[in-house]
Amino acid sequence: MIAAAIFVFASLALLQFFFWYCRALIAATSRVELSDATREVTGIENRHVSGDDFEKLSQLVHLCPEAGGDAMGLRFIRMYHSFLGLLRIGFHAFAPNAEGWAERERASCSYFTAVTLDARIARTRLLLEEQGSNQR
Amino acid sequence: MLGPADYTMWLLGFVLEVSVIVCSLFRRGLLRYFTLNLYMLAAASITVGQFVVIHRFGFSSTEYFYFYYYSDTLLTILLYFCVIQLYQQVFEEMGVSNQIRGASLLLLSGTAWVSFMMVRQNQTHLTGRFVVELSQNLYFVGLILTYVLWGAVMKMRETRSRLIQFVLALGVYFSAYSATYALRNLFPHLELTKILPPLVGTWLPLAWTYTFWKVPEEARLAAASLVTPSTLTR
Repeated sequence: MIAAAIFVFASLALLQFFFWYCRALIAATSRVELSDATREVTGIENRHVSGDDFEKLSQLVHLCPEAGGDAMGLRFIRMYHSFLGLLRIGFHAFAPNAEGWAERERASCSYFTAVTLDARIARTRLLLEEQGSNQR
Repeated sequence: MLGPADYTMWLLGFVLEVSVIVCSLFRRGLLRYFTLNLYMLAAASITVGQFVVIHRFGFSSTEYFYFYYYSDTLLTILLYFCVIQLYQQVFEEMGVSNQIRGASLLLLSGTAWVSFMMVRQNQTHLTGRFVVELSQNLYFVGLILTYVLWGAVMKMRETRSRLIQFVLALGVYFSAYSATYALRNLFPHLELTKILPPLVGTWLPLAWTYTFWKVPEEARLAAASLVTPSTLTR
Protein backbone atom coordinates (compact mmCIF):
# COMPACT_ATOMS: atom_id res chain seq x y z
CA MET A 1 0.00 0.00 0.00
CA ILE A 2 2.81 2.44 0.99
CA ALA A 3 4.81 1.45 -2.09
CA ALA A 4 1.80 2.14 -4.33
CA ALA A 5 1.28 5.58 -2.75
CA ILE A 6 4.99 6.39 -3.12
CA PHE A 7 4.89 5.25 -6.75
CA VAL A 8 1.94 7.52 -7.60
CA PHE A 9 3.37 10.54 -5.74
CA ALA A 10 6.88 10.08 -7.17
CA SER A 11 5.58 9.62 -10.73
CA LEU A 12 3.59 12.85 -10.52
CA ALA A 13 6.58 14.66 -8.99
CA LEU A 14 8.80 13.29 -11.76
CA LEU A 15 6.52 14.75 -14.43
CA GLN A 16 6.36 18.08 -12.64
CA PHE A 17 10.11 18.39 -12.05
CA PHE A 18 10.87 17.34 -15.63
CA PHE A 19 8.44 19.99 -16.96
CA TRP A 20 10.00 22.71 -14.83
CA TYR A 21 13.53 21.59 -15.71
CA CYS A 22 12.84 21.77 -19.44
CA ARG A 23 11.09 25.12 -19.02
CA ALA A 24 14.19 26.40 -17.18
CA LEU A 25 16.33 25.38 -20.17
CA ILE A 26 13.91 27.05 -22.59
CA ALA A 27 13.64 30.21 -20.47
CA ALA A 28 17.34 30.89 -20.99
CA THR A 29 16.74 31.29 -24.73
CA SER A 30 13.25 32.81 -24.77
CA ARG A 31 14.49 36.42 -24.91
CA VAL A 32 17.34 35.84 -27.34
CA GLU A 33 16.94 37.62 -30.68
CA LEU A 34 17.72 35.56 -33.76
CA SER A 35 20.25 36.86 -36.26
CA ASP A 36 19.22 37.81 -39.79
CA ALA A 37 21.15 34.84 -41.18
CA THR A 38 19.15 32.39 -39.05
CA ARG A 39 15.86 34.09 -39.90
CA GLU A 40 16.71 33.75 -43.55
CA VAL A 41 17.62 30.08 -43.28
CA THR A 42 14.66 29.10 -41.12
CA GLY A 43 12.02 31.47 -42.50
CA ILE A 44 11.12 32.64 -38.97
CA GLU A 45 9.51 36.08 -38.92
CA ASN A 46 8.71 38.27 -35.88
CA ARG A 47 9.80 35.49 -33.47
CA HIS A 48 6.78 33.51 -34.58
CA VAL A 49 7.55 29.81 -34.78
CA SER A 50 5.28 26.78 -34.69
CA GLY A 51 5.68 23.59 -32.71
CA ASP A 52 5.60 21.66 -35.98
CA ASP A 53 8.77 23.48 -37.15
CA PHE A 54 10.76 21.55 -34.53
CA GLU A 55 11.80 18.68 -36.82
CA LYS A 56 12.87 21.02 -39.64
CA LEU A 57 14.92 23.13 -37.20
CA SER A 58 16.47 20.02 -35.64
CA GLN A 59 17.60 18.84 -39.07
CA LEU A 60 19.19 22.24 -39.73
CA VAL A 61 20.93 22.17 -36.33
CA HIS A 62 22.49 18.80 -37.15
CA LEU A 63 23.97 20.23 -40.33
CA CYS A 64 26.10 22.64 -38.29
CA PRO A 65 29.04 21.58 -36.12
CA GLU A 66 28.30 21.38 -32.38
CA ALA A 67 28.94 24.55 -30.38
CA GLY A 68 30.00 24.38 -26.73
CA GLY A 69 28.32 21.11 -25.76
CA ASP A 70 24.78 22.18 -26.70
CA ALA A 71 23.76 18.71 -27.92
CA MET A 72 22.76 17.59 -24.42
CA GLY A 73 20.26 20.44 -24.03
CA LEU A 74 18.82 19.64 -27.45
CA ARG A 75 18.29 16.04 -26.39
CA PHE A 76 16.40 17.10 -23.24
CA ILE A 77 14.22 19.47 -25.26
CA ARG A 78 13.55 16.79 -27.88
CA MET A 79 12.24 14.52 -25.10
CA TYR A 80 10.09 17.36 -23.78
CA HIS A 81 8.77 18.15 -27.28
CA SER A 82 7.84 14.49 -27.90
CA PHE A 83 6.10 14.33 -24.54
CA LEU A 84 4.16 17.51 -25.32
CA GLY A 85 3.15 15.99 -28.65
CA LEU A 86 1.58 13.07 -26.79
CA LEU A 87 -0.08 15.45 -24.34
CA ARG A 88 -1.51 17.53 -27.19
CA ILE A 89 -3.14 14.45 -28.69
CA GLY A 90 -4.60 13.59 -25.29
CA PHE A 91 -5.78 17.16 -24.70
CA HIS A 92 -7.37 17.24 -28.17
CA ALA A 93 -9.60 14.35 -27.16
CA PHE A 94 -10.31 15.17 -23.51
CA ALA A 95 -9.44 18.82 -22.72
CA PRO A 96 -9.46 21.04 -25.82
CA ASN A 97 -8.77 24.18 -23.72
CA ALA A 98 -5.35 22.87 -22.70
CA GLU A 99 -4.39 22.00 -26.27
CA GLY A 100 -3.35 25.62 -26.91
CA TRP A 101 -1.00 25.52 -23.93
CA ALA A 102 0.70 22.34 -25.20
CA GLU A 103 1.08 23.94 -28.63
CA ARG A 104 2.66 27.10 -27.15
CA GLU A 105 5.11 24.93 -25.21
CA ARG A 106 5.98 23.02 -28.39
CA ALA A 107 6.57 26.35 -30.11
CA SER A 108 8.95 27.33 -27.28
CA CYS A 109 10.86 24.08 -27.93
CA SER A 110 11.14 25.08 -31.61
CA TYR A 111 12.41 28.53 -30.63
CA PHE A 112 15.02 26.93 -28.34
CA THR A 113 16.22 24.87 -31.30
CA ALA A 114 16.31 27.99 -33.52
CA VAL A 115 18.46 29.81 -30.93
CA THR A 116 20.81 26.79 -30.79
CA LEU A 117 21.02 26.88 -34.59
CA ASP A 118 21.79 30.59 -34.39
CA ALA A 119 24.67 29.94 -31.97
CA ARG A 120 26.03 27.18 -34.18
CA ILE A 121 25.89 29.36 -37.31
CA ALA A 122 27.66 32.19 -35.46
CA ARG A 123 30.38 29.82 -34.22
CA THR A 124 30.87 28.26 -37.67
CA ARG A 125 31.23 31.73 -39.20
CA LEU A 126 33.76 32.72 -36.57
CA LEU A 127 35.79 29.56 -37.22
CA LEU A 128 35.73 30.20 -40.98
CA GLU A 129 36.83 33.81 -40.45
CA GLU A 130 39.67 32.69 -38.16
CA GLN A 131 40.71 30.09 -40.72
CA GLY A 132 40.64 32.73 -43.47
CA SER A 133 42.77 35.18 -41.48
CA ASN A 134 45.29 32.44 -40.64
CA GLN A 135 45.68 31.54 -44.31
CA ARG A 136 46.34 35.18 -45.28
CA MET B 1 26.32 -12.35 -16.60
CA LEU B 2 26.82 -8.79 -17.72
CA GLY B 3 26.61 -7.90 -21.39
CA PRO B 4 28.19 -5.12 -23.49
CA ALA B 5 25.18 -2.85 -22.82
CA ASP B 6 25.78 -3.10 -19.04
CA TYR B 7 29.46 -2.28 -19.41
CA THR B 8 28.61 0.66 -21.71
CA MET B 9 26.17 2.07 -19.16
CA TRP B 10 28.78 1.63 -16.48
CA LEU B 11 31.49 3.41 -18.43
CA LEU B 12 29.04 6.16 -19.40
CA GLY B 13 28.06 6.66 -15.75
CA PHE B 14 31.70 6.87 -14.66
CA VAL B 15 32.65 9.30 -17.45
CA LEU B 16 29.68 11.54 -16.65
CA GLU B 17 30.43 11.56 -12.92
CA VAL B 18 34.01 12.60 -13.58
CA SER B 19 32.87 15.17 -16.17
CA VAL B 20 30.79 16.99 -13.51
CA ILE B 21 33.96 17.54 -11.46
CA VAL B 22 36.01 18.55 -14.50
CA CYS B 23 33.33 20.99 -15.73
CA SER B 24 32.87 22.56 -12.31
CA LEU B 25 36.66 22.96 -12.06
CA PHE B 26 36.77 24.73 -15.43
CA ARG B 27 33.71 26.86 -14.69
CA ARG B 28 34.94 27.79 -11.19
CA GLY B 29 32.19 26.04 -9.28
CA LEU B 30 34.31 23.54 -7.36
CA LEU B 31 34.29 25.33 -4.02
CA ARG B 32 30.91 27.03 -4.34
CA TYR B 33 29.25 23.66 -4.97
CA PHE B 34 31.71 21.57 -2.98
CA THR B 35 29.24 18.94 -1.72
CA LEU B 36 27.90 18.34 -5.22
CA ASN B 37 31.44 17.64 -6.39
CA LEU B 38 32.18 15.50 -3.36
CA TYR B 39 29.09 13.42 -4.13
CA MET B 40 30.21 12.94 -7.74
CA LEU B 41 33.69 11.94 -6.59
CA ALA B 42 32.18 9.37 -4.21
CA ALA B 43 29.82 8.13 -6.95
CA ALA B 44 32.74 7.69 -9.39
CA SER B 45 34.78 5.85 -6.74
CA ILE B 46 31.85 3.54 -5.95
CA THR B 47 31.37 2.85 -9.67
CA VAL B 48 35.00 1.66 -9.79
CA GLY B 49 34.46 -0.28 -6.55
CA GLN B 50 31.45 -2.10 -8.01
CA PHE B 51 33.51 -3.07 -11.03
CA VAL B 52 36.25 -4.50 -8.81
CA VAL B 53 33.75 -6.42 -6.61
CA ILE B 54 32.06 -7.94 -9.68
CA HIS B 55 35.37 -9.07 -11.13
CA ARG B 56 36.46 -10.60 -7.85
CA PHE B 57 33.21 -12.15 -6.61
CA GLY B 58 30.83 -12.19 -9.60
CA PHE B 59 27.61 -10.36 -10.40
CA SER B 60 25.34 -12.84 -8.59
CA SER B 61 27.47 -12.95 -5.43
CA THR B 62 26.23 -11.90 -1.99
CA GLU B 63 29.27 -9.60 -1.71
CA TYR B 64 28.17 -7.61 -4.75
CA PHE B 65 24.56 -7.56 -3.56
CA TYR B 66 25.51 -5.97 -0.23
CA PHE B 67 28.14 -3.70 -1.77
CA TYR B 68 25.60 -2.39 -4.29
CA TYR B 69 22.78 -1.63 -1.84
CA TYR B 70 24.87 -0.31 1.01
CA SER B 71 26.99 1.93 -1.21
CA ASP B 72 23.74 3.14 -2.77
CA THR B 73 22.41 3.98 0.71
CA LEU B 74 25.62 5.85 1.55
CA LEU B 75 25.41 7.80 -1.69
CA THR B 76 21.81 8.74 -0.97
CA ILE B 77 22.83 10.08 2.44
CA LEU B 78 25.65 12.02 0.76
CA LEU B 79 23.08 13.40 -1.64
CA TYR B 80 21.15 14.71 1.39
CA PHE B 81 24.22 16.83 2.13
CA CYS B 82 23.99 18.21 -1.43
CA VAL B 83 20.37 19.17 -0.76
CA ILE B 84 21.45 20.82 2.50
CA GLN B 85 24.13 22.83 0.71
CA LEU B 86 21.53 23.97 -1.81
CA TYR B 87 19.28 24.99 1.11
CA GLN B 88 22.17 27.03 2.51
CA GLN B 89 22.64 28.76 -0.83
CA VAL B 90 18.95 29.61 -1.09
CA PHE B 91 18.85 31.01 2.44
CA GLU B 92 22.37 32.51 2.46
CA GLU B 93 21.12 36.12 2.54
CA MET B 94 18.97 35.42 5.60
CA GLY B 95 21.99 34.24 7.60
CA VAL B 96 20.32 31.08 8.88
CA SER B 97 23.21 28.73 8.14
CA ASN B 98 23.40 27.55 11.75
CA GLN B 99 19.70 26.69 11.87
CA ILE B 100 19.95 24.78 8.57
CA ARG B 101 23.01 22.94 9.85
CA GLY B 102 21.14 22.04 13.06
CA ALA B 103 18.05 20.90 11.17
CA SER B 104 20.17 18.83 8.80
CA LEU B 105 22.01 17.14 11.67
CA LEU B 106 18.65 16.36 13.26
CA LEU B 107 17.37 14.95 9.97
CA LEU B 108 20.48 12.86 9.45
CA SER B 109 20.37 11.51 13.00
CA GLY B 110 16.67 10.76 12.56
CA THR B 111 17.25 8.94 9.27
CA ALA B 112 20.15 6.98 10.77
CA TRP B 113 18.06 6.04 13.81
CA VAL B 114 15.05 4.90 11.75
CA SER B 115 17.37 2.92 9.42
CA PHE B 116 19.12 1.36 12.43
CA MET B 117 15.79 0.36 13.97
CA MET B 118 14.65 -1.12 10.65
CA VAL B 119 17.90 -3.10 10.34
CA ARG B 120 17.67 -4.27 13.98
CA GLN B 121 14.10 -5.47 13.54
CA ASN B 122 14.96 -7.24 10.29
CA GLN B 123 18.44 -8.53 11.17
CA THR B 124 17.32 -12.13 11.02
CA HIS B 125 16.08 -11.69 7.46
CA LEU B 126 18.02 -8.90 5.73
CA THR B 127 16.52 -9.84 2.40
CA GLY B 128 16.61 -8.18 -0.99
CA ARG B 129 13.09 -6.93 -0.39
CA PHE B 130 14.20 -5.15 2.77
CA VAL B 131 17.07 -3.29 1.11
CA VAL B 132 14.83 -2.29 -1.79
CA GLU B 133 12.32 -0.92 0.73
CA LEU B 134 15.07 0.96 2.57
CA SER B 135 16.32 2.53 -0.68
CA GLN B 136 12.77 3.41 -1.68
CA ASN B 137 12.22 5.20 1.66
CA LEU B 138 15.55 7.05 1.54
CA TYR B 139 14.88 8.30 -1.98
CA PHE B 140 11.39 9.30 -0.99
CA VAL B 141 12.72 11.37 1.93
CA GLY B 142 15.13 12.97 -0.57
CA LEU B 143 12.22 13.76 -2.85
CA ILE B 144 10.27 15.43 -0.04
CA LEU B 145 13.36 17.46 0.93
CA THR B 146 13.81 18.59 -2.67
CA TYR B 147 10.13 19.49 -2.94
CA VAL B 148 10.41 21.66 0.15
CA LEU B 149 13.62 23.17 -1.25
CA TRP B 150 11.81 24.00 -4.50
CA GLY B 151 9.09 25.65 -2.42
CA ALA B 152 11.80 27.73 -0.71
CA VAL B 153 13.26 28.68 -4.11
CA MET B 154 9.84 29.96 -5.15
CA LYS B 155 9.14 31.70 -1.83
CA MET B 156 12.54 33.42 -1.77
CA ARG B 157 12.10 34.46 -5.42
CA GLU B 158 15.42 32.85 -6.25
CA THR B 159 16.80 33.95 -9.64
CA ARG B 160 20.14 32.14 -9.97
CA SER B 161 19.70 29.90 -13.03
CA ARG B 162 22.44 27.50 -11.99
CA LEU B 163 20.96 26.93 -8.57
CA ILE B 164 17.45 26.51 -10.02
CA GLN B 165 18.65 23.93 -12.53
CA PHE B 166 20.60 22.00 -9.87
CA VAL B 167 17.49 21.79 -7.69
CA LEU B 168 15.20 20.75 -10.54
CA ALA B 169 17.64 18.10 -11.79
CA LEU B 170 17.83 16.74 -8.24
CA GLY B 171 14.01 16.66 -8.11
CA VAL B 172 13.87 14.61 -11.33
CA TYR B 173 16.53 12.24 -9.98
CA PHE B 174 14.94 11.62 -6.57
CA SER B 175 11.44 11.19 -7.99
CA ALA B 176 12.61 8.83 -10.76
CA TYR B 177 14.54 6.64 -8.32
CA SER B 178 11.75 6.73 -5.77
CA ALA B 179 9.19 5.64 -8.39
CA THR B 180 11.53 2.92 -9.71
CA TYR B 181 12.17 1.41 -6.27
CA ALA B 182 8.46 1.61 -5.38
CA LEU B 183 7.66 -0.23 -8.60
CA ARG B 184 10.31 -2.82 -7.76
CA ASN B 185 8.76 -3.25 -4.35
CA LEU B 186 5.33 -3.74 -5.92
CA PHE B 187 6.49 -6.06 -8.70
CA PRO B 188 9.79 -7.73 -7.63
CA HIS B 189 10.06 -9.83 -10.79
CA LEU B 190 9.35 -7.07 -13.31
CA GLU B 191 12.34 -6.90 -15.69
CA LEU B 192 11.87 -3.16 -16.31
CA THR B 193 12.73 -2.36 -12.68
CA LYS B 194 16.17 -3.89 -13.20
CA ILE B 195 16.84 -1.93 -16.41
CA LEU B 196 15.69 1.46 -15.09
CA PRO B 197 18.13 2.16 -12.16
CA PRO B 198 21.32 2.38 -14.29
CA LEU B 199 19.49 4.59 -16.80
CA VAL B 200 18.14 6.87 -14.08
CA GLY B 201 21.62 6.93 -12.53
CA THR B 202 23.04 8.74 -15.56
CA TRP B 203 20.49 11.58 -15.30
CA LEU B 204 22.05 13.55 -12.43
CA PRO B 205 25.65 13.66 -13.71
CA LEU B 206 24.32 14.43 -17.21
CA ALA B 207 22.14 17.32 -16.04
CA TRP B 208 24.76 18.74 -13.63
CA THR B 209 27.50 18.53 -16.28
CA TYR B 210 25.24 20.47 -18.64
CA THR B 211 24.45 23.08 -15.97
CA PHE B 212 28.09 23.61 -14.99
CA TRP B 213 29.16 23.83 -18.62
CA LYS B 214 26.36 25.86 -20.18
CA VAL B 215 24.89 28.01 -17.41
CA PRO B 216 27.16 30.75 -16.07
CA GLU B 217 27.00 31.65 -12.36
CA GLU B 218 25.76 35.14 -13.31
CA ALA B 219 22.77 33.88 -15.37
CA ARG B 220 19.41 34.88 -13.90
CA LEU B 221 15.90 33.48 -14.30
CA ALA B 222 12.58 34.03 -12.54
CA ALA B 223 11.67 30.68 -10.96
CA ALA B 224 8.01 31.71 -10.72
CA SER B 225 7.75 31.91 -14.53
CA LEU B 226 8.50 28.17 -14.75
CA VAL B 227 5.46 27.03 -12.81
CA THR B 228 2.82 29.35 -14.26
CA PRO B 229 0.86 27.70 -17.07
CA SER B 230 1.25 30.73 -19.34
CA THR B 231 3.97 30.45 -21.93
CA LEU B 232 7.45 31.88 -21.43
CA THR B 233 7.59 35.40 -22.87
CA ARG B 234 9.34 35.81 -26.18
